[in-house]
Amino acid sequence: MRLEARSHTPAWMWLAAPALALAATLALTSLLVAWAGAPVGRAYALLLQGGFGSRFALAETLTRSTPLILTGLAAAVAFRARLYNIGGEGQLYAGALAAVAVGGLHGGAAWPLPTPLLFVLMIAAACAAGALLLLVPALLKSRLGVDEVVTTLLLNFIVLLLVSAMLDGPMKDPTALGWPQSVAIADTLQLDKLVPRSRLHSGLLVAVVLAGVLALTLRFTTFGLRLRAVGANPRAAAFAGMPVRSVVWQVALLSGALAGLAGAIEVSGRAGYVTLDMSPGYGYSGIVIAMLAALNPLGVVVAAIFVAGMLVGADSMSRAVTVPTYIADVIVAISLITMLVASMLAQYRLRWR
Amino acid sequence: MLSETLDLLAAAPFWVAVLRIATPLIFGTLGVLLCERAGVLNLGIEGIMVAGAFAGWLAVYQGAGLWAGVAAAALTGATFGLLHGWLTVSLALSQHVSGLGITLLATSLASFAYRVSFPKVESPPTIQPFADMSSWLPLPVLNQQTPLTLLALLLVPALAWLLYRTPLGLALRMVGENPQAVEGQGLSVVGLRIGAIVAGSALMGVAGAFLTLAAFNAFYFNMVNGRGWVCVALVVFASWRPGKALLGALLFAFFDALQLRLQQAGSGLFGLDVPYQFYLMLPYAMAIIALVAVARRAAYPQALMKPWRKGER
Repeated sequence: MRLEARSHTPAWMWLAAPALALAATLALTSLLVAWAGAPVGRAYALLLQGGFGSRFALAETLTRSTPLILTGLAAAVAFRARLYNIGGEGQLYAGALAAVAVGGLHGGAAWPLPTPLLFVLMIAAACAAGALLLLVPALLKSRLGVDEVVTTLLLNFIVLLLVSAMLDGPMKDPTALGWPQSVAIADTLQLDKLVPRSRLHSGLLVAVVLAGVLALTLRFTTFGLRLRAVGANPRAAAFAGMPVRSVVWQVALLSGALAGLAGAIEVSGRAGYVTLDMSPGYGYSGIVIAMLAALNPLGVVVAAIFVAGMLVGADSMSRAVTVPTYIADVIVAISLITMLVASMLAQYRLRWR
Repeated sequence: MLSETLDLLAAAPFWVAVLRIATPLIFGTLGVLLCERAGVLNLGIEGIMVAGAFAGWLAVYQGAGLWAGVAAAALTGATFGLLHGWLTVSLALSQHVSGLGITLLATSLASFAYRVSFPKVESPPTIQPFADMSSWLPLPVLNQQTPLTLLALLLVPALAWLLYRTPLGLALRMVGENPQAVEGQGLSVVGLRIGAIVAGSALMGVAGAFLTLAAFNAFYFNMVNGRGWVCVALVVFASWRPGKALLGALLFAFFDALQLRLQQAGSGLFGLDVPYQFYLMLPYAMAIIALVAVARRAAYPQALMKPWRKGER
């Protein structure tokens, strides 16, 4: 078997590829659903209904998709420049901690500022925390050649332990019983609800607008051109006179800031405080989402809503039929692999001899 | 503080713990090393370890022997390795992305299968794990370990012999440095690479099985907890050499065992009351520092992470 590049990919193939990938995913996961002893058709109907089928379901899915869009964008811009940032999870928590440090300590009165300024400071601190956390591995990569995959991964574990120490120590909420949680940010700093009687907050708008801005930035600005050039071929970019190293650290600041922002938005849009399980792997899912979206910022929005819908739908499905909620992660993993294969087949022809 | 630490280091139980912590890292690091020597990054390790831990434990729980459980784990690892090989070698997809996809798939499949098999249990069901070798092995420290540790230690020279003393080893190293040359020799780049990934992934599966069949006696969702990623770091630290990989695994295990003891001693560092989380950070921080320390002279296999398509340059 070998691969042969297609000279031209017809437009219908770019549409057929995701459809084929989705069909293959459903076929493979129905085996698992059947194994779990549930009627396959009914399980999928419940999954869809639970994720997208009602006003409540849709609001919940969009709430879940908000941090996923931001971590997905963080991964997409970094991967576009071949900076393999797998540290979104740690950067998200760093952003969340920074948000609480500004908006929560001393009852939010640590900084004698008017509320709008304090809000801006809180968001800026979160972005800076995420950005700095990624800047270190990015500099180690560009200066010393240390592989950023491993360093960003290991930093995730270090940051999570730091969060745990903070929740036991300086940021501990003294009134919380049971599980450790941080003090809450001031009520005035919390985001408004978009839909009454739901958890959907205005953070969604921020995420979607940022996706649009990033799409335009990548397409129409010098920075975007440089970022894409460095990602396509760093040696060619250097030969063309582009400052490859400074592009790498600029991308690191941007990507880290996006993941840090995800943390601040989660804190100010939802509970108001940090817990050790506030992110069920949003940072890691962001990478998958960026991949599903072929690193396209607008595609990230769609992919994030798909993944969030699966997560929310699987929760509600597992309450009705005997399929464990982990089916959502399996669906996302298989769809990632089938999507990669499908897009490869759209660009290459398989020759069997 | 200092004399306490010295006493601790002189005691046999400390070194027993070091070897026990090192064992899964030795299996995993050798697995990553084999894949990377053939030119393929395998970030699937974290998930393959979870799947191996689960498959080995499930086999034993359902009545298979302990060694059959190890074989089940190896087979599970090899299966995910085959998928990774097909995606990254046959289809020449991004090795980063495929590896992360394998980790997500293997982890979620193991969690799913666990919940389907045991829908209602609150505390994880247990098995009778490997016994130590004290009944027949007259060596101190080593005889407090299970036979899997012995296997891991024996694998180090075995893999070194394979890589440096056999024609197959030469071909494996060559395919990671210069696949065109391998093709010129009339050997199969695809076959060699997929073979290395399958074998390496089988070792990663065994690394996971050590956790459920020797270190603990049950399967927990978060039991791998970054050990796979540490193995990826250790391979760089080891300059892709099996002997140094053993050294790296022991060094990492040393710091892990040390932080556990310091935590238990509770005396704090230099009179400061240090939260336990900072002790837990120590091994991860050491792994990063080790990576930075060797970065200047890290000799990556030349073709690592470069997809190879027949006829393309």
